[in-house]
Amino acid sequence: MNIRDYPQNGKYGKFGGKYVPEILMEAVNELENAYEQTKKDPEFQKQLNYYLADFVGRPTPLYFAKNLTCKLGGAKIYLKREDLAHGGAHKINNTLGQALLAKRMGKTRIIAETGAGQHGVATAIACAALDLEAEVYMGTEDCKRQKLNVFRMKLLNAKVHPVDSGSKTLKDSINEAFRDWVTNIKTTYYLIGTTMGPHPYPMMVRDFQSVIGQEIKQQFKQKENRLPDALVACVGGGSNAMGTFYPFEDNHEVKLYGVEAAGNGIETGKHAATIAAGSEGIFHGMYTYLLQDDNGQIKNTNSISAGLDYPGVGPEHAFLKTLNRAKYVAATDQEAVDAFLILCKTEGILPALESSHALAHAIKIAPQMNKNQSIIVTLSGRGDKDVETIADFIGEKI
Amino acid sequence: MNTIKQVFENNRKNKKGCLIGYITAGYPTPEITPKIADALIHGGIDILEIGIPFSDPIADGPTIQTASLQALNAGTTPKKVLEIIKEIKTNHDIPLVVMTYYNPIFHFGLDKFLLTAKIHGANGFIIPDLPIEEADDFKQIANTHNLDTIFLAAPSTSKQRLTKIVDATSGFLYLVSHFGVTGTKSTIENSTLQLIQQVKSFTINKIPLAVGFGISKPEHVQEILNSGADAAIVGSAFINIIQKNVSLINMLNELEATAKILKTATMLESY
Repeated sequence: MNIRDYPQNGKYGKFGGKYVPEILMEAVNELENAYEQTKKDPEFQKQLNYYLADFVGRPTPLYFAKNLTCKLGGAKIYLKREDLAHGGAHKINNTLGQALLAKRMGKTRIIAETGAGQHGVATAIACAALDLEAEVYMGTEDCKRQKLNVFRMKLLNAKVHPVDSGSKTLKDSINEAFRDWVTNIKTTYYLIGTTMGPHPYPMMVRDFQSVIGQEIKQQFKQKENRLPDALVACVGGGSNAMGTFYPFEDNHEVKLYGVEAAGNGIETGKHAATIAAGSEGIFHGMYTYLLQDDNGQIKNTNSISAGLDYPGVGPEHAFLKTLNRAKYVAATDQEAVDAFLILCKTEGILPALESSHALAHAIKIAPQMNKNQSIIVTLSGRGDKDVETIADFIGEKI
Repeated sequence: MNTIKQVFENNRKNKKGCLIGYITAGYPTPEITPKIADALIHGGIDILEIGIPFSDPIADGPTIQTASLQALNAGTTPKKVLEIIKEIKTNHDIPLVVMTYYNPIFHFGLDKFLLTAKIHGANGFIIPDLPIEEADDFKQIANTHNLDTIFLAAPSTSKQRLTKIVDATSGFLYLVSHFGVTGTKSTIENSTLQLIQQVKSFTINKIPLAVGFGISKPEHVQEILNSGADAAIVGSAFINIIQKNVSLINMLNELEATAKILKTATMLESY
């Protein structure tokens, strides 16, 4: 069986599933059926493609980073420019797909969680464009760290609910979104922002993000008339990586690298490297790798990048890891910031701190590869939102 | 030893409903939990439901979230909960069910946890984030150790699913009274009473029907029993009493008195 044939009955091997309270089971099943019907409908695909082209600006370019390649002196580095998508990140590919689906299902109210605020903003954009009501849960810690995105969401007509429970970050905003969904299930659609949660979310988000990998395949064929040697993407929940990897899963000659956030270093315990340092468990509706303590309590995570600050990971990544189909590595805060600065200087591009983790790994492996080989890095978002954090990190006042 | 089944049968014979009392283990501290259990049992609860605190309780409202967090901060672990169960069951012959999110006991080792809980006197388990479709391992292990597997039904549950859930559940069926999370409410909605009547037609002569979420007052207990429920589950109302009392004596007295009032409501003539 091909890897691309998964999930089977909502599972990727033992990973995935639907570990949700009974009250949500009918909603999750209803969503699964609606999605199965909708994705086969040419009218839906046409509508989605229209928005992706004329509203989001797809296809996003595949850019040969010539200066960086020369500097490193190894494999050619190409950048998949999701930072140029409307809203400044890949998140919009998924929010438009799900918002269109929600509309078809007759739901009028959309709720979402957000960490750094990118998914919240992408949800607000899609809802404004499609005339849906948007409410976004965001941890109070994250609201402080990402004030600009909180205000962007408000401008885009979304209501932001600060979440003051637990660690006041992404995982708590997801908890609160689940609690809202349980309460308002009849009218409300929960628009999850990454490849996590109960089936069908991980599959559905992957499908909507697969446009990234499909475009890479086509664009690279046009440029070099072959398959790339390696794909590199950052992994928090894992949506941009899954979208990059999925169209290549059965092309075994293409190496896949998922890069997690090593924070201060995995050995310090202050990190968000779920696959590298976690263990199996059940959280947020899925069976997957988790960062948990000796008593099965979910740990708080640490990363300079709010978008990777999540103690779980999408179940398909867990599956690819056990199959050895993808390799999961980690980059520290320092390595990510270094990569950020290099790209700014060599290529004139400000990458998101999330994407800078992927870039950091490409910078490590490129010199070990030969000049005929190619690495594609998915630049999942732009870094304008991160300049304050960078200034803090390198000790500069702005 | 008293089983869940026997307790329901005895109450039915005496034309009474059952009162199930929930507490979060380790709240406010692991040392006080057995005293709180004593108070509720003296007050007259029929079954004790004891919750293992979890870092991310998605089915719970603010009251139990706060209690869970404080219990964890007080050093409550699944291992400690097993010791608490042992202490309670040493002093009382009352059925005890464990309420836990799946991960803490999965991480502990499902077989090891269920076996130890059984040895310490637990009678059954409620796992709110484990729907029947994912519960094969749990059911098999629980059956091996002769523990009841208590599943939940909700207002959104279809008739087809309800039939399957009634087949899978043992001890009792836990019906979630309304769309939402745990927490006290001022009144019981009519839709809840209708829901109870509908679900009762699936459980009658098969399995006792217990109703929880939002039940805090004697009149709530009467209303749901009059609609056909066999038991009322009260949780957040007890947790609120623990929360607001600084003095341990006052807290225990109020818990006992409240349990007594709620238990009295299960004995009224109209039921």
